[in-house]
Amino acid sequence: MKIMTNYSNAIKGLLGLLKGLKITGVEFFKPQLTIHYPRKEVTNLATYRGHIDLVAKEDAPLEPKCIICGKCAEVCPSACISMEMHVKGEQSFASPAECRTITVGHGIEIPFSGLRLPPAEVIERELDSFNLDYNYCSLCGLCVQICPVGSLTFSKDSYLAGTARKNFEFDLLQRLRERSRRSSQTTTAQEKR
Amino acid sequence: MTPSDNTTMQNILSGDYYTNNFTLSPAAEGDTLVLNLGPQHPSTHGVLRVVVELDGEYILKAEPVLGYIHRMHEKMGEVKTYAQYLPNMGRVDYLHALAWNWAYVAAVEKLAGVAVPLRAEYIRVITCELNRISSHLLWWGAYLLDLGAFTPILYAFADREKIMDILQIVTGSRLTYCYYRFGGVSADITPDFIDMTREFVGYMRDRLPMYKTFVTENMILRGRCVDIGVLSKEMAVRYGATGPVLRGSGVAHDTRKIEPYSIYDRFDFDIPVGKNGDAMDRYDVRIAEIQESLRIIEQALATLPAGDYLNPDVPERITPPKGEVYFAVEGARGKIGIYIVSDGGIKPYRLKLRAPGFSNLHLFAELSQGTILADAVSILGSLDLVIPEIDR
Repeated sequence: MKIMTNYSNAIKGLLGLLKGLKITGVEFFKPQLTIHYPRKEVTNLATYRGHIDLVAKEDAPLEPKCIICGKCAEVCPSACISMEMHVKGEQSFASPAECRTITVGHGIEIPFSGLRLPPAEVIERELDSFNLDYNYCSLCGLCVQICPVGSLTFSKDSYLAGTARKNFEFDLLQRLRERSRRSSQTTTAQEKR
Repeated sequence: MTPSDNTTMQNILSGDYYTNNFTLSPAAEGDTLVLNLGPQHPSTHGVLRVVVELDGEYILKAEPVLGYIHRMHEKMGEVKTYAQYLPNMGRVDYLHALAWNWAYVAAVEKLAGVAVPLRAEYIRVITCELNRISSHLLWWGAYLLDLGAFTPILYAFADREKIMDILQIVTGSRLTYCYYRFGGVSADITPDFIDMTREFVGYMRDRLPMYKTFVTENMILRGRCVDIGVLSKEMAVRYGATGPVLRGSGVAHDTRKIEPYSIYDRFDFDIPVGKNGDAMDRYDVRIAEIQESLRIIEQALATLPAGDYLNPDVPERITPPKGEVYFAVEGARGKIGIYIVSDGGIKPYRLKLRAPGFSNLHLFAELSQGTILADAVSILGSLDLVIPEIDR
């Protein structure tokens, strides 16, 4: 009796193997799903949410929409964002240093300044630099959501790679200006053509 | 101490605290071998370490050692504002990140009395169930990989990739999602998302019979799963097991049915349960859950209402009143619970995460006693452990 069950088990096992081989065989002749990266790229990068970037004003492509309220720096869980600024017409501003006291401990100490700058109408100010330390960013998107003027957006930079910490410390204002200059150059080049 | 002394094993091994303080099983007669399974071992997912005492190939005693990727998630909750803690939730259980997202935002919403628009609830259900399927698919592939079958994981990943593409449209990421916000979700779903999800539901339904012929009915798999690691109803309850591990033992306990949160009471779905509580039952429950999740997604898509995806009245800096709250959701691995104590400030006073994997793992010590080592690997895999969730 036991021999019989052994035989039937062996036959069942063999059948199972054949079924498996059939499925593998069918799959073998289906189009390949793997995308061989350096030669080909995936097509859904448009929905990728990369690190943040500043958004330029519609009428002034070199100037960001940012009103320097500091909300993004305050909400950031890892204290990635800091900025430098000055009052319009002056060279330095007393509170930027205090406003930037948010880089302590990178997420372990609470990155919360407790100090809100006065609204932009009271003291008009200009951005000197908008620093993003991408090393600590966890791509949560809280800064983009909290921005009251829509000055932050996600970049589509999914192939970002670097060998040093410095490669991931960006001045977003500079990036914005370079981007705008590049795009204006290409448009003028196209117009010339 | 003489070499014949039972405790000398600890002196001979120049291990760490756990190996040095490992008490040999009283059943040990003569030579036994103490072996470290992990922390880096191909059949333990992540960095789980199990100290096992072997008599030949039989396990006399198994002791899980935890803490290799402890990241102080609970303590981190006490030093961050409520919103700043959101990205942590995607990293506790990276396979079913959205369930953790949900448990946390819902706990804070309950404490602060924030209303969630109906559309947002639907979006949460759809995305969370998609994420559950992707988690079960990965488990399916990885479990079979443990048992020595390599090909299935490739099929599982091909299907899982589709879910990740869908979820990327709304969440922007592919694994560690941070999508839910207090009072809704961070982005509305797009027509693209709806079309792709509809297509996926049909695709996955066609795909499941293939899984069945390919793997579930395979004699070799059945030999490794049937009657292996039989977990009785009483033992599962005693250890506080939840999720497919508990349901595999025949207890129809699903948080979505027992304490319906959000809008789960509007959908028609069943709770698959097993009979014997062996590894095969836990396997079957998970495969059946994929089907149930597809049913929920289909119903949710059919009745998706229009409206806001985020409650516009939620303040930028949420400060719940003084008090405490507990909220539980059903994750892919079981009941996820978040307990928050608020002192009325901008950050929680205390935050406790209840990870289902923690309870499920501790079953292993008792379940594996007396089994052979190869079966222990099968049992460990059938519990579907995610170590970051257990260590937190």
